[in-house]
Amino acid sequence: MLAYIVRRLVAVVVMLLVVTLVTFGIFFLVPKLTGGDPAALFAGRQADPTAIAGIRRKLGLDAPVIVQYARFIWGLVAGRDYANGADVTHCAAPCFGYSFKTEQPVWPLLTDRFPVTFSLAVGACVLWLVVGVGTGVLSALRRGSLWDRTAMTAALAGVSLPIYFTGMLALAVFTYKLHWLTVSYVPFTQNPFAWARGLLLPWIVLAFLYAAMYARLTRATMLEILGEDYIRTARAKGLAEPVVIRRHALRATMTPVLTILGLDLGALVGGAILTETTFSLQGLGQAAVRAISDQDLPVILGVTLVAAFFVIAANLVVDLLYAVVDPRVRLT
Amino acid sequence: MTDESEVFLSVRDLKVHFPTDDGLVKAVDGLSFELARGRTLGIVGESGSGKSVTSLAVMGLHGVGQYGRGRARISGEIHLDGQELTGADPDSVRRLRGREMAMIFQDPLSSLHPYYTVGTQISEAYRVHHPVTKAAARTRAVELLGRVGIPQPDRRFDDYPHQFSGGMRQRVMIAMALVNNPDLLIADEPTTALDVTVQAQILDLIRDLQQEFGSAVIVITHDLGVVAELADDILVMYAGRCVERGPAERVFYTPQHPYTWGLLGSMPRFDRERSERLTPVRGAPPSLINVPSGCAFHPRCPHADLTGGASRSTVPELREVAERHFAACHLPVADRNRIWEASR
Repeated sequence: MLAYIVRRLVAVVVMLLVVTLVTFGIFFLVPKLTGGDPAALFAGRQADPTAIAGIRRKLGLDAPVIVQYARFIWGLVAGRDYANGADVTHCAAPCFGYSFKTEQPVWPLLTDRFPVTFSLAVGACVLWLVVGVGTGVLSALRRGSLWDRTAMTAALAGVSLPIYFTGMLALAVFTYKLHWLTVSYVPFTQNPFAWARGLLLPWIVLAFLYAAMYARLTRATMLEILGEDYIRTARAKGLAEPVVIRRHALRATMTPVLTILGLDLGALVGGAILTETTFSLQGLGQAAVRAISDQDLPVILGVTLVAAFFVIAANLVVDLLYAVVDPRVRLT
Repeated sequence: MTDESEVFLSVRDLKVHFPTDDGLVKAVDGLSFELARGRTLGIVGESGSGKSVTSLAVMGLHGVGQYGRGRARISGEIHLDGQELTGADPDSVRRLRGREMAMIFQDPLSSLHPYYTVGTQISEAYRVHHPVTKAAARTRAVELLGRVGIPQPDRRFDDYPHQFSGGMRQRVMIAMALVNNPDLLIADEPTTALDVTVQAQILDLIRDLQQEFGSAVIVITHDLGVVAELADDILVMYAGRCVERGPAERVFYTPQHPYTWGLLGSMPRFDRERSERLTPVRGAPPSLINVPSGCAFHPRCPHADLTGGASRSTVPELREVAERHFAACHLPVADRNRIWEASR
């Protein structure tokens, strides 16, 4: 188990390196090929050529690409100095460089934004698991009932409706019409209650989409599991039906749910972008959207890396959980 | 089949029907039998003859799993040790399950929960019916694992089903079924999923345990070879009904129904020439929605012509042909004996 985790962590590092290579390639090579110039972007409109040349030297854009990449990676690990003659700027590790737009270091921006997106993702995830799995189990147990049909129709709506529609609708009704909830981000450490209250509406909107999928998946899996021979064995022992469901059926139902969860945690970043934009939450998703429209390459690179790290870490956790749930899974 | 006083399980006119979109499936349609303590009944028939549904109905496991729920319609009477089960409250039937009556299934791998250790699963079966500590249940489970012939039971207690071989898994199932000393043990195709060499071991084990525990046993199988070793009495089912039943030696040596002849003829035997081909029962089992008129077997019966049309029009009644030996066939007894003698 420990050896497995160590091996997986090594794989995580390798994977992150690949991600940096690809994003670095996309964001620094492609503009070069298409004639764009990062230094000119950094310098702003109507900068004089000497200033651009100075920036180019300071940012190291005059070095070969492979050297630039090596410096970038070294900067992530140990920090780096941007130097143009006597003009030296030290960038402490982990150095993601400076925003072209605001000229502020990227890393503090990321650490500033990450908790917002993380809170949104974790809260929504907990909510959709509880609601989705709960609804799915009840629907499977009361197949064909009014509850089942209502829940599955609602689930179909949840799967079909995009976040910006449900989000706008929720804002219009609950915030502007009824004045029940306002959306804002308060750090958890500052006031947990305000934290939950401020994020409740985005959680519900984001969770609705996923809960719908999980309800359908759980229902289908549960129905299949209830037809398994070992469920019949559990009943043949004389176990009461609630025990059969809880102890025998539910645990087996969780395996495919976990598998899908691992995949969805990756897609969740995309969902978070839409949700943050809809609710004007200052998270990574919004930072990414703004950076892309500003062609702010270091910020895009930073957000991509943090998102990739989050997805890879979440998948590692899911794989470990998988082995905890199903003893047949050998972690080798 | 036995004296009224000894009868432990009695099934009378049992019907299990499932309404479907295509029509009413009459899985079991008027079945009666009796079983005494310490005796073994073999129920034999092809797939879809209703033998498994019968056992599930006795256990209260047909349909969704409990009497009165789900889609299955059940009628008739099932008396277990004097207690009526078909009309009983589901929870009281549940309390009998696993304690008074236990069941072994065909495929031990799919019948054991893959996520729990075998020890946990056996202990669970014990603790449902006995308010004991985990440690006490473990002791009991280890005792049973040893009794069914699993080496190092104390160590194997913590292993998962996938870590056992097929035969060992079936032993685990047997241990689980016997952990509460049930008075009735139902084995539904207990050896079908196993290697031939292991089959004999499992059958021996069931026989030994029956003698030790003194329970009544029902063995359900499509393989007459299995019941030949185990059963005191044999009941042959066809299309949800009993076509022949009686003491095992009588059913084997003087079978009275053409379907039983067919089953016996399709069995490989050492006392026949190797070159002789096995004779299968021609045709396929009937649909249980549109059961053939009269004798359900008549479209497949090579001797239906000899009944003068009766087998097409009238359902044959189960008639006693010899002591405790019954058959449901329109053929005159003299013809039956002649055809059977000629075919040997």
